[in-house]
Amino acid sequence: MIRLSKVSKQYPRHGAAISDINFELRKGEFCFLTGHSGAGKSTILKLIHMAERPTEGEVRVSGYSSSNIKPAEVSMLRRKIGYVFQDFRLLQQRTAAENIAFALEVTGARPAVIRTKVGKLLSNVGLASKSEKLPSELSGGEQQRIAVARALVNDPLVVLADEPTGNLDERATQGIFELFRSINATGTAVLFATHDLELVRRHAGLRVIELDHGNIVYDSAGAIV
Amino acid sequence: MMYALREALTAFRRAPVLTGLSAAMIALSLFVVGLFGLVAHNVREVIQRVESRVQVVAYLRDDANSAEVNEAQRQIGTYEEVAGVRYVSREEALAIAKQELDELSGIFGNLESNPLPASIEVSLKSGQTGADAVRGVADRLRNFRFVEDVRYGDDWIEKIFVLRRVAAMASLTLGAGFAAVAALIIGAAIRMAVFARRDEITIMRLVGATDAFVRRPFIIEGLITGLIGAVLAVLATWLVFRSLIGSPFEIQWLPASWLYAGVAAGALVGLLASMVAVRRHLREIV
Repeated sequence: MIRLSKVSKQYPRHGAAISDINFELRKGEFCFLTGHSGAGKSTILKLIHMAERPTEGEVRVSGYSSSNIKPAEVSMLRRKIGYVFQDFRLLQQRTAAENIAFALEVTGARPAVIRTKVGKLLSNVGLASKSEKLPSELSGGEQQRIAVARALVNDPLVVLADEPTGNLDERATQGIFELFRSINATGTAVLFATHDLELVRRHAGLRVIELDHGNIVYDSAGAIV
Repeated sequence: MMYALREALTAFRRAPVLTGLSAAMIALSLFVVGLFGLVAHNVREVIQRVESRVQVVAYLRDDANSAEVNEAQRQIGTYEEVAGVRYVSREEALAIAKQELDELSGIFGNLESNPLPASIEVSLKSGQTGADAVRGVADRLRNFRFVEDVRYGDDWIEKIFVLRRVAAMASLTLGAGFAAVAALIIGAAIRMAVFARRDEITIMRLVGATDAFVRRPFIIEGLITGLIGAVLAVLATWLVFRSLIGSPFEIQWLPASWLYAGVAAGALVGLLASMVAVRRHLREIV
């Protein structure tokens, strides 16, 4: 479903962010992407989201290729990809429910569909009672749950999570991680970027790809690269 | 579509001064065009009224014989510009002069001989009364042997045409200048609106909104600004028109087609300015 083949990305001022990256993420798979900050985790997520194009190599996502995807197709592809960030990126003037609804509105969904879906997603992430709260009235963990719900509005094939627990305490981290596991259990693939090695160790048995200075140094699916 | 309209209207609430300024500039630019349009339209009306009465008069030598004159009249009647030809004899000319110049009737009455020449008055078809057509007919009349002089009020016809051209040029130049300033201000307003909604735009792109969808509210904002400006311009022009009623000028209001064109022009300026601005500024947001 997602395949990176010999992918390198160089930035004019910062040099190589990643080089010669090869891996595949299958449908319904859960995979940690680890490494210290600056190792290239976010770059890989941006490449999969087609927000960046590789300098070399090819990124293939759900039938689209980075080498020939058109702008209109990028929009369509993104509806199949959920994205969750460390800093939540919620609209501060909108309520929890409105933040989720916004993601549906901009893809042209009908009001009736939006209402039903938002209600369902809020209860899935355990925040049905807080639908009318503004982000500033919610805890960090709750804000991230809203962001996760937003990532799920279009029933994505994969959710990309960029340090989603980076701003959360131990308990909230565990809660969010469990949420991702339950999303994965319904068949949605998850690519979970984190530098929290403790979290990774606690869930041995899940696939781990480790990055160092822009290179894959370990992939549990294919052992040491 | 409802979303785009709602967001466009929100932009007016968010930055009323800037959007108000944009609309005012469009209004000003179209008001200038409107004022000159009013002048141009009324000058045109006057020209048309005058033109419909344009006559070319050929004064004849005293030795012109009637056979020649009759033949000339027949020929002139066949010119494509000519609507009618009338021979005015010397006696008739004197009678008219006495009638029209009442205060001089004493002088005319005491004359021993008639000093006025006979003439051929040529009236032109409507649509053939432009300066070139008139001059063309006059030139051909001069070629007759027995024609002494030809008159057609050439100097003031030229002046009135120049006046009309100047009015048109001035309105277009000034109007275009103000429209350019209006476009720049709309660009600034859109830029502010884009940056005020930076976070939303980022998220819209994140969840797969198309570029057209992201742009639409801004373009609608520009269109509405242009329309408001145009309506204000029409209103301002109308107020000027109202204030001139009762003055020595007999002035007419602009034809409906001109008003529609003006409103369309305002909408177009708003639309194009916002399309260019939103395309440019959206690139600045990742």
